Amino acid sequence: MFKKPHFIALAIVLVLTVIALNLPGGPAARLKHAMGGLFLPLFGLADSTRTITTEATERLLPRSELIRQNEDFRKENQQLRIQLLQAEAVTRENDRLHQLLAWQARAPWKLKLARVVLREPANWWRTVTIDVGSRDGIRKDMPVLTPDGLVGRVDSVSLTQSRVVLLGDRNCKVSVRVQNQAGDVGVILAPDSIVDSSLVELSYLSRSAVLEAGQDVYTSGLGGVFPKGIPVGKIEDFHTVEYDLYTKARVRLAANLSSLDEVWVLLP
Amino acid sequence: MKTVNTILVLVAAFVAVFLEAAVGTRGLLGAQLDLLPVIIVYASLYAGLGGMTLVAVLGGLAFDSLSANRLGVSMLPLFLIGFVIHRKQELILRDQLYAQFILGLAACGTAPLLTLLLLYTTGATPAIGWGSLWQWLVMTLGGGLLTPVCFRMFGRLNRTFFYQPEMVTSFRPDRQIRRGRH
Repeated sequence: MFKKPHFIALAIVLVLTVIALNLPGGPAARLKHAMGGLFLPLFGLADSTRTITTEATERLLPRSELIRQNEDFRKENQQLRIQLLQAEAVTRENDRLHQLLAWQARAPWKLKLARVVLREPANWWRTVTIDVGSRDGIRKDMPVLTPDGLVGRVDSVSLTQSRVVLLGDRNCKVSVRVQNQAGDVGVILAPDSIVDSSLVELSYLSRSAVLEAGQDVYTSGLGGVFPKGIPVGKIEDFHTVEYDLYTKARVRLAANLSSLDEVWVLLP
Repeated sequence: MKTVNTILVLVAAFVAVFLEAAVGTRGLLGAQLDLLPVIIVYASLYAGLGGMTLVAVLGGLAFDSLSANRLGVSMLPLFLIGFVIHRKQELILRDQLYAQFILGLAACGTAPLLTLLLLYTTGATPAIGWGSLWQWLVMTLGGGLLTPVCFRMFGRLNRTFFYQPEMVTSFRPDRQIRRGRH
């Protein structure tokens, strides 16, 4: 049926596929990173292009526009400083109350800024690659967020880059708390439908949960991966699943995952 | 010429994988176009069996290295597509636009299905839902439309890098039979 070269080629590819798919986790990850390293010249090229484009855009901006932007930033900076002073006062008060009750004080967040360099090329995963790796102190399972809210967690780390698995991927499950009177706890899972990437599923809520559209959802701190209190999104709608076992809701994510450029990695 | 052609196709596959990950069309179309099946169609018709196998293996590995796919999962689907086209290449009107479109359509429609089948076989749980149907349609149609473009691009590259073979015709002016009065 086949000519000899056809048969040999088919056999080679079959053997290579079987070997690659049966590689243990460690060597497979190392091979993946080594293959990814082949793209470093293209990363450099893309970086240079971005820098040149940014510089060119900055030079093209008229002086009046720059002055206006500068003025806006100055005002925003002053507002944020005032808010920071207020937040510091609240933190001090919180710490004092913690001491009075002999509770362990929460450590302040340490953040590392990272730039998104690659997006997932396959349609069935939700991941991005960021430009910080193990040499920057990044480890597996560290939470990743933007100023708007939670984005996901670090899934794999190489020396210079890390892959972040985003909310809505089957490999990123987050325990969250709804901001209502009962403080109902559920788990963020991948949505049933993947038409709208800004919606995820909130499952395993108590069947007596009192939900309303627009209620805020925060990380619960349960599970040990994500610290408590990171905003996740807002309840979009909800329904009780068959036989009234539990309640499911759809959550519109606070962070816009389709246009991520810069993210923050939460260091321990 | 076939070796240089293979190198050109390999470089194109490498750049295509990077562009898919760096630029992406998901924000615009709601789905990411896959260029590797398009390149495999070209490689199976013009780069020979060895060239096509190399593109399938290295292109597949490169794609998986930038993706959350298990390493090696994209190799076999790409190779199988190229293999079928290569075996039937004598029957394919490779210079016709519609043939290129249909080949691209078939390749880009089959590749994700085979990859998903292999992923499920390995126990992975990719995110699949009703929205995936839209993604599949975009990938298939987009791939079909991009295939003739890819063929034109490689044709132009070939004309740039290689001397074109001199066309030899059976017509000789000194042997022309002149009829009538002279």
